[in-house]
Amino acid sequence: MTDKSIEYRTVREVSGPLLVVEGVHGVTYGEVVKIKGGDGRERLGQVLEAREGLAILQVFEGTTGLDTKNTSVRFTGETMKIALSTDMLGRVFSGSGKPIDGGPEIIPEVRRDINGAPINPAAREFPREFIQTGISTIDGMNTLVRGQKLPIFSASGLPHNELAAQIARQAKVLGEKEEFAVVFVAMGITAEEANFFRRDFERTGALERSVLFLNLADDPAIERIIIPRMGLTTAEYLAFEKGMHVLVILTDMTNYCEALREIAAARQEVPGRRGYPGYMYTDLANLYERAGRIYGKKGTITQIPILTMPDDDMTHPIPDLTGYITEGQIVLSRELHRKGIYPPVTVGACLSRLMQQGIGAERTREDHADVASQLYSAYAEGNDLRNLVAVVGEEALTERDKAFLRFSDIFEERFVAQGKDEDRSIDETLDLAWELLATLPKEELKRIRKEWLDKYYPKK
Amino acid sequence: MEYEEGTIIRVAGPVVEATNMKGAEIYEVVYVGKEGLIGEIIGLKGDRATIQVYEETSGIGPGESVKRTGAPLSLTLGPGLIGQIYDGIQRPLPAIKDVAGDFISRGVSADPIDMDKKWHFVPVASKGSKLTGGDVIGTVQETELIEHRVMVPPGIEGELIEIVAEGDYTVKDTIAKVKSAEGETEIAMLQKWPVRHGRPVKRFLPPEEPLITGQRILDTFFPIAKGGTAAIPGGFGTGKTVTQHQLAKWADADIVVYVGCGERGNEMTEVLTEFPELIDPRTGKPLMMRTILIANTSNMPVAAREASVYTGITLAEYYRDMGYNVALMADSTSRWAEAMREISGRLEEMPGEEGYPAYLASKLAAFYERAGKASISGTEDRISSISVIGAVSPPGGDLSEPVTQNTLRIVKVFWALDTALKERRHFPSINWLRSYSLYLDDVKRWWSANVAEDWFDLRKRAMALLQKEAELQEIVQLVGPDALPPLEQAALEGSRVIREDFLQQNAFHEVDTYCPPKKQYLMLRIMLEFYDQITDAIKKGVSIEKIRKLKSKTDIARMARVPNDEYEKAFADIEMNMRKEIGSLVKEVKE
Repeated sequence: MTDKSIEYRTVREVSGPLLVVEGVHGVTYGEVVKIKGGDGRERLGQVLEAREGLAILQVFEGTTGLDTKNTSVRFTGETMKIALSTDMLGRVFSGSGKPIDGGPEIIPEVRRDINGAPINPAAREFPREFIQTGISTIDGMNTLVRGQKLPIFSASGLPHNELAAQIARQAKVLGEKEEFAVVFVAMGITAEEANFFRRDFERTGALERSVLFLNLADDPAIERIIIPRMGLTTAEYLAFEKGMHVLVILTDMTNYCEALREIAAARQEVPGRRGYPGYMYTDLANLYERAGRIYGKKGTITQIPILTMPDDDMTHPIPDLTGYITEGQIVLSRELHRKGIYPPVTVGACLSRLMQQGIGAERTREDHADVASQLYSAYAEGNDLRNLVAVVGEEALTERDKAFLRFSDIFEERFVAQGKDEDRSIDETLDLAWELLATLPKEELKRIRKEWLDKYYPKK
Repeated sequence: MEYEEGTIIRVAGPVVEATNMKGAEIYEVVYVGKEGLIGEIIGLKGDRATIQVYEETSGIGPGESVKRTGAPLSLTLGPGLIGQIYDGIQRPLPAIKDVAGDFISRGVSADPIDMDKKWHFVPVASKGSKLTGGDVIGTVQETELIEHRVMVPPGIEGELIEIVAEGDYTVKDTIAKVKSAEGETEIAMLQKWPVRHGRPVKRFLPPEEPLITGQRILDTFFPIAKGGTAAIPGGFGTGKTVTQHQLAKWADADIVVYVGCGERGNEMTEVLTEFPELIDPRTGKPLMMRTILIANTSNMPVAAREASVYTGITLAEYYRDMGYNVALMADSTSRWAEAMREISGRLEEMPGEEGYPAYLASKLAAFYERAGKASISGTEDRISSISVIGAVSPPGGDLSEPVTQNTLRIVKVFWALDTALKERRHFPSINWLRSYSLYLDDVKRWWSANVAEDWFDLRKRAMALLQKEAELQEIVQLVGPDALPPLEQAALEGSRVIREDFLQQNAFHEVDTYCPPKKQYLMLRIMLEFYDQITDAIKKGVSIEKIRKLKSKTDIARMARVPNDEYEKAFADIEMNMRKEIGSLVKEVKE
């Protein structure tokens, strides 16, 4: 057991976010340390490696101002915990969990380890409740369900914040009025972006149902490692103990991964792809897998992580590893954005893995699956023809091909594009889809079974 | 036997070092720290042992004790395995949930199989008979589908001197005694086996029979044999998991072991909720009655993830030894390799390619080599098999990375998933030009004998047509389709039918999800006949525009959805109408 009263002044090395302390005794892996620099400011840290007589610490809140002479270190014997209470709703917290909105400290109902524990796969309930986001490309073609983790793959300069705010504002489960909450975690975003979300939440009255955790661009990078864990621990508390449906927005995961790389480099670990640590997959999974439903519990956690793809590259390790863990992805495209289409969702690259179980007669509408499949294939075919037309000209196309070519244009202009406050119901989305599909010859709609064609194909 | 306790000197994530461990064996299981976390020794140097711990290590520190068990990581084998869901080191997750709640906490353990449940044992061996390892001494009805054959454990040989009468026994009760030169051995239904060692067989045999999966592109174009190995590499979202689930559902194996290795929690839940409701088309019983799940999701400890594939293959071997054909799906072997990499990194080993340990290739090979069709242990000659299908998740979809490349050097079937196909929602997104199967010649005889003589020829023709399409497409990209001569355009029409209506298959459609071999054959035959007929019609002067407007194409497109008990008649009608329709076009031209 660590003696909590001992202050060690035996710091041997300060390197990046790491601190090496000698002569320690009874240190345990993962415990929290309090570090006081020569400047008298106290910082939090965590044990990364515990040896007999030596400990390697990771310092949150940065190592600026620490030295090897005056710095003192105290071990707390506890892992990183966060104080939780329903009073956190409507409040704003820093990366170290302290309120930064000028309000009083939280009086904790419970304290929880921020690392959480994996949900037992046998305790999970399969997500299948349709969430209507009011956005056609999501509801119609990449349906989100409660308990899913569906990231937005974006890039710098694209309107991912607007889209995320619109989803947070419009998301609802049909025919139900239940307690919901939003946990918003900012990692290294600018104050301006943070303000955008805050204002948007205020404007729509969502703020009082939200908990905000903010680590802004000028806050210590290392805090980005713990802040999503604080947010998710809060979400688990609200969902599984207080029965709320929690939507967690994590932005920007790219900054999180950069922080992870920074620590790995400081520890001189063997780097994996592009310098990111080999355990980044496991580390990200420890965040993303904290979404879900638990059998017998009323509340749920749905996650929308946002990440900006460096150089629009989807094969970059950050989007790549994320895509391997999350249940699909919503991808934004610069090309559509340039065409002036909002939201610039490029459906071909999108996917929702939990869609099939969340749609259909009792959840959305009986024809939903077939219509979605038909939209995909028709749009893909139209897109192929665009390339062909560039070479051979439109005259060389058959009548059938021309219809597909036209379809892909109106699909983008009318189905993909919608207003920033336009909240389309699922029926509106599907009816719009039928209207557009009706521009194609009926016999080409091969993916839709006959009974739905007879029932829904618009009569001229 | 009591062992001396070791002392922890270093903790770094899942890797712990301890001293005073002299005499410990490599791969021995140890209990680490006050909470007794399960770990395994993976390195020894003097009296120091390096231990990988299967649970989260926060709160553990130098000075705490390490207790030895004297035994390597082993599975508990016996009736009660089927229908279970285990973590990577065979802890039963439902029982863990009962003890620890919805989240997996540390230091929790539960018996892998029910030790108190009484099973109805029926002896089949008689007293006085000479027995050897693998011989069946009795049976237990484990599920409605599976008869559990209680075997003499490997390595035991001698005379059966005692066997209990038919009746109800627990797995620990002694049910038989075997006398050998070394003395008497008591046999219970329960036996232990170390996961890192393959269970012995008499010899491996060449595979001959296909593993029928009901997936058209797999069975007809790139078949895997019973006892074969296959890999499905593909970027995220290309359909690895859907394909693995389809195989777990419909493959005609007796037992399915599904290893969710470092993947999503919700996917395992999907299997858990879906399989008890799905009915096996061959037996009419719920699929869960033949399935064992290993779920070590991505957020569960990595060391246990490393062990999970060995746990899976050992369970598969145990049922193979009973004489069953077992299919094992590992999703995903890349996560397994990454677990090795992570532990290797913590050990500060010299990294090989992309940070993976230098022994990656040999570990992969050793795993796949535990598959195969075999003449199994025992006095009688019995044959059974393990087929292994491994998903691979290459970073960025780049197949040149080490896990994919080392896997392809071993497996005989390659199903190449393709992002471009996925983006146009062509499912399963298996690229027919890049995939291959080396079992074609082996399974040819089975298809000829059981489905149709000309199966192989049809397949060859269809493949050639698809190849031709790929070549023609290149020209079309330059000059447009109308610039092609009519005969070539007919080839495009013919191949389009195969591509859209045969190669594509809807896993979520109640009928299309499983396509019986005979139906596959008939579909392909009609499609090729369609191609022959339109070629013939074009030669006789029918215009390509008329061919494009044929109504028969719509009928052909709907073939896949015709219910599996009425397709023969429906197909005959479709074939007849097609002949009539094209025939009348030819007639028009003549007149």
